[in-house]
Amino acid sequence: MTLEELEQIASEAKAVKEKSPRELNVCVAAGCLSLHSDTIKGALEKEVQRTGANCRVRGTGCMGLCSLGPLVSSEPDGLLLKNVAESDAGEIVARLDEAPPERLRCSREQPFFQRQTSIVLENSGRVDPEKIEEYIAADGYQALLHSLTEKAPGQIVQEVSKSGLRGRGGAGYPTGLKWGTVAKTVGVTKYVICNADEGDPGAFMDRSVLESDPHRVLEGMIIAGYAVGASHGYIYVRAEYPLAIKRLGIAIRESRRMGFLGSQICNTKFSFDIEIRIGGGAFVCGEETALIASIEGRRGAPRPRPPFPAQSGLWDMPTLINNVETYANIPTILRRGGEWYASLGSKKSKGTKVFALCGKVKNVGLIEVPMGMTLREIIFEIGGGVPEGHTFKAVQTGGPSGGCIPGQFLDLPVDYESLKEVGSIMGSGGMIVMDDSACMVNVARYFMEFCMSESCGKCIPCRAGTAQMFELLTRMTCGTATPHDLELLEELCDMVSSTSLCGLGQSAPNPVLSTLRYFRDEYTEHIVQKRCRAGVCECGRFAEVSA
Amino acid sequence: MRRHGFARDALIETLHTVQEYFGYLDKPSLKFVAESLRVPLSQAYGVATFYHYFTLKPPGKHTCLVCLGTACYIKGASQLLAVAEESLSVKAGETTIDGNVSLVSARCIGSCSMAPAFIFDGETAGNVNETVLRGKLEGWKD
Repeated sequence: MTLEELEQIASEAKAVKEKSPRELNVCVAAGCLSLHSDTIKGALEKEVQRTGANCRVRGTGCMGLCSLGPLVSSEPDGLLLKNVAESDAGEIVARLDEAPPERLRCSREQPFFQRQTSIVLENSGRVDPEKIEEYIAADGYQALLHSLTEKAPGQIVQEVSKSGLRGRGGAGYPTGLKWGTVAKTVGVTKYVICNADEGDPGAFMDRSVLESDPHRVLEGMIIAGYAVGASHGYIYVRAEYPLAIKRLGIAIRESRRMGFLGSQICNTKFSFDIEIRIGGGAFVCGEETALIASIEGRRGAPRPRPPFPAQSGLWDMPTLINNVETYANIPTILRRGGEWYASLGSKKSKGTKVFALCGKVKNVGLIEVPMGMTLREIIFEIGGGVPEGHTFKAVQTGGPSGGCIPGQFLDLPVDYESLKEVGSIMGSGGMIVMDDSACMVNVARYFMEFCMSESCGKCIPCRAGTAQMFELLTRMTCGTATPHDLELLEELCDMVSSTSLCGLGQSAPNPVLSTLRYFRDEYTEHIVQKRCRAGVCECGRFAEVSA
Repeated sequence: MRRHGFARDALIETLHTVQEYFGYLDKPSLKFVAESLRVPLSQAYGVATFYHYFTLKPPGKHTCLVCLGTACYIKGASQLLAVAEESLSVKAGETTIDGNVSLVSARCIGSCSMAPAFIFDGETAGNVNETVLRGKLEGWKD
């Protein structure tokens, strides 16, 4: 494959588009698919065939506003149709040249779409994830070809460093630095791993990226392989994401067919191949050393670091391990330059971040915003605020390792540092909005239950500590706790976070600590007055009965 | 196993395949896999019990999976789980005595936009409420 050949494929795909510019794009990512968007696509295809309309019906990835699905977009006018049903197919095809019926119309002018900046999601909802030609037509694999033929590996690492990209898995380690370390380490073979074990409950960014634009992740991984000198890559995907696994499989096959994977890629000396590894549903496998153990076919138990995977990882070889979203940023960074990327975002956190906005908020879906946007803008402008009749209480970020951020910090700019300052973390990007019907003690208990059952059991602070904390929190929610229990809980939080082996245990107390920090009065209410103001806990019901 | 060249590290992959075909991992199949891949049976058993995805018990005819992710939890999934438990008179993770329905809970199925979400026999259902859930479970009784 040469650059000319690539352009040839791109122009052919564009020519098809020009020949029949009318398109109906049906979202076939997991959200809309579970609302039977595939039958809608079938119905539209049948209708187009029946009427002979000059229109192509395509299946594309996620369009973002999942709560109004199934979504269909019509090109080239860019109209978006919401809540489409199978029975609407006739009307949609018949009125292709006029405005669609009012009940289906979904404005793209609303803040949900206007306030976003798309890099990772730029092709999402626009290309067919199962066709490599469409990705190539959207400038795909250009960055790879240019990198392989024009740049030295060191230059690529430099470009990534310049972009200021930081690990999107949550910890925010500078990506360029990590790549540089792996590139410098000497090893017989080196590996590149993509962490797609999205275990955080309430997060579905990686799933959407893999289902909507899998080639972008592959391209990022191949470039990473070239930059650090690796010959083999693994994508570790959760078994709970069958559609993502299927589309990745197709993408890898297509990519091999085109010669972007395999030996002597694009007539250069560089050879690289990617394999999918399917996880087994263990949250701890999102931790890098546990993930490596799992790829090696063992139980997913973490090990102490150092040595870091960059020095000694998979089969004791230097290993580069990054998140899906990190790799998905790479092609665009190399195409448009590190400086351009660094111009987006805040001072210390560059670029954009994808969030899965869900919970008690009007517009539920997938969003991508520049770093440094405030929580208020994200939740109230893009998200449309909490549904009527309720008030905003807190937003939870970072999953079971993160914390709850109360209303007083709504004007906080979202980046790695500021979220950490208020006791939460960026995490992989789940953002769950809670209203006054949520009890914070119960939320803390929920997360502790999660950490307790997901603890791998290797180190004692995590295995026993989470169980004890869960017990204490349960007592509070049942109304049997004493003030001494609160002291014990705080002591345990400190102990578990400072002595656990891996990230799971170290961050397990975070939800408790953050709720204690901002909603301490709720804890005291549970303990002293045996009252739950949200009416969620048992102790609340008990009080109601006795009153 | 042949596809992975009988490599020891393909243990998890192999167990996935076995479970896909038989629905669960029983003792003979675990033993067979361990011997073929030349890994100790203890390791095969350890892996099979470590990962939540693997099950050592045969599943029921129907499966009702409740998502207990944060978004679903905030929208009342735990109450719905209680409804399902009461209606089937089993706890999460168990199968009814007649082997008809398995009730399973999951950490997060990534369908948070449609919380609370369920998977009935492999088909994801969003925005489930008590009526829908009861209806579905009743429908399986025959």
